[in-house]
Amino acid sequence: MNAVALHVSGLGKAFRSYRSEWHRVLSWFGVSEHPVAEHWVLRGISFSVAAGEAVGIVGQNGAGKSTLLKLVTGALRPTEGSVHLGGRVAAILELGMGFNPEFTGRQNVMHAAGLMGFAKRSIERAMPEIEAFAEIGEYFDEPVRTYSSGMQMRVAFSVATAFRPDLLIVDEALSVGDTYFQHKSFSRIREFQKLGTTLLMVSHDKTAIQTLCNRAILLEKGRAIKDDLPETVMDFYNALIAEKENQSIRVLEHESGRPQTISGTGDATVEDIALFNAEGERVELVNVGQPVELRVTVQARNAIPRLVLGYVIKDRLGQYVYGTNTHHTGQSLEDLVPGQLIHYRIRFPMNFGPGSYSIAIALCSRETHLANNYEWRELALVYTVSNLDKPVFVGTAWVPPTIEVQAQ
Amino acid sequence: MKHLFVGAWRYRHFILSSIQSEFRARFIRSRLGGLWMIIHPLAQAAIFALVLAEIMSAKLPGLVNDKLAYAIYLLSGMLAWSLFSEVVGRCLTLFVDNGNLLKKLVFPRITLPLIVAGSALFNNLLLFLAILVVFGLLGHVPGVHVLWIPLLMLITLALGVGVGLLLGVLNVFMRDVGQVVPVVLQLGFWFTPIVYTTSVVPEALRPLIAANPMTTIVHAYQNAMLLDKSPDILALGWLVLMALLLLLGSLIVFRRASPEMVDVL
Repeated sequence: MNAVALHVSGLGKAFRSYRSEWHRVLSWFGVSEHPVAEHWVLRGISFSVAAGEAVGIVGQNGAGKSTLLKLVTGALRPTEGSVHLGGRVAAILELGMGFNPEFTGRQNVMHAAGLMGFAKRSIERAMPEIEAFAEIGEYFDEPVRTYSSGMQMRVAFSVATAFRPDLLIVDEALSVGDTYFQHKSFSRIREFQKLGTTLLMVSHDKTAIQTLCNRAILLEKGRAIKDDLPETVMDFYNALIAEKENQSIRVLEHESGRPQTISGTGDATVEDIALFNAEGERVELVNVGQPVELRVTVQARNAIPRLVLGYVIKDRLGQYVYGTNTHHTGQSLEDLVPGQLIHYRIRFPMNFGPGSYSIAIALCSRETHLANNYEWRELALVYTVSNLDKPVFVGTAWVPPTIEVQAQ
Repeated sequence: MKHLFVGAWRYRHFILSSIQSEFRARFIRSRLGGLWMIIHPLAQAAIFALVLAEIMSAKLPGLVNDKLAYAIYLLSGMLAWSLFSEVVGRCLTLFVDNGNLLKKLVFPRITLPLIVAGSALFNNLLLFLAILVVFGLLGHVPGVHVLWIPLLMLITLALGVGVGLLLGVLNVFMRDVGQVVPVVLQLGFWFTPIVYTTSVVPEALRPLIAANPMTTIVHAYQNAMLLDKSPDILALGWLVLMALLLLLGSLIVFRRASPEMVDVL
């Protein structure tokens, strides 16, 4: 069990551009043509994975995660360093690759498994199991063009995992189909792990990494900067993103996977924002109807003639649920000096329906942010409302009714 | 170079089933399906025959009395040309079209040109059989030298794959290649004695046409199918050598380019 399943040493990948493509052609024949530009997307990556381990690769977009997986599978050739594999590799980089929509599910399975290098006889032997796992019934013998995308994914996943590999590489492909099939594919991967398959996966899904992996590697700008337990690495990753927020990077990827936009002149900035309950405890999960206090600390970075704080609460889809500002409430401030701190305490009952909400904060001088937009911060705070003790209801608003019923 | 062949051998089932499914795909949504592969060249030959027969038939040496000679002459040349141009044309865009597959899956890349070669050869065999049937209907029974055709097909295939693979690899890096080649192929068709005979070509242009390797092949086809003569063995020998060298060269380029190919796809 302690054999090395994957050994990567000094791995680096550079994309090269030449003065002209003819120079590239000459370079294949040993004519020493130096590329004009080398763009390193990955460099100095070394790690070793023991058989049976499950390793998650995390990092922001463009950190080099997918490049690393492609280098490990062999789709890309490394510019320097080497990859040593201990057995058969199966990679799920994209499901449904090479499917022909005119062919039936069965014919596509033949083709896809053939692409994986299996002989006709062993595919035929595995066919009943693949068909059973996909659970699409009669559709298995219908053309793939008649499938829903979920059904296509089911077939694709079934064939990709039909033969247990020694190393399974998964790139974000696990959010496949409906919840039922997701659970099914998760348990197949767990089953593989029990039988000794090594897992290497890329995901933005924190829970997927934490439940499936026992180790994580954080990539940042093409380098492995952390290699530890998944929780430690995820915390470090979140801190890394938070640090960036203070460096006033304009478009960030929020931990929820959504892009977070922060714009403005930076003359005033949100220093801290948090939600508290009536007992003064910080909360992220709020009961329907519970009284809360939103505390926002703002710092004036430069002298500001007038400051208005606005906030808007949005639902999961970004629809405004409620928003106002201190101009409308007659509480704007004037003549702030550099460094001055302002504490806002906004109290309201959480009369919202269950779901995830985000708060955006705007700091400006007037009632709109069109003039003097000091800072506009999307996704400044994300919290969840849950119905813990109220009668079941739907919608984004909590409008408690009094219902009289007369039965005669 | 060895691993190219090992990979191809390991994937032989995949190559065969891909050729098969490519053929099946043609039949799925159109009634005549794969027959179109035969109908197109036959129809093209019929059009040429109709338009040019009156002008040309008198100029076919030794066949003045045979009214149908021109049609047979045309079909022989087109049989050769359609194999060559199909292979070159498909190899040209092979890697670009399959870019996503190459980027995300690991399989021996040599299988792709082999699938093209296999399916083009199969199409061409069908066309050959169809032409024999047409010959029969026209009352022309080819002689024993028609047995040269399978060998000639293999030579044409080798030449086509050699040229096509080289261009296909270059097209990955320089996409202009993909635009230029179809035009050059079109020109090549007219610089090969397919619809005309060498004897009608002005003296000044003859060396140009003789230098075209496809001229040798097309002549050999015409000899075998129409005139019942064996091909010019010496010229054919040179051609085989050239095709093999070209094939070797393109395999070397393919192998050298492979590591960088995925980078730019």
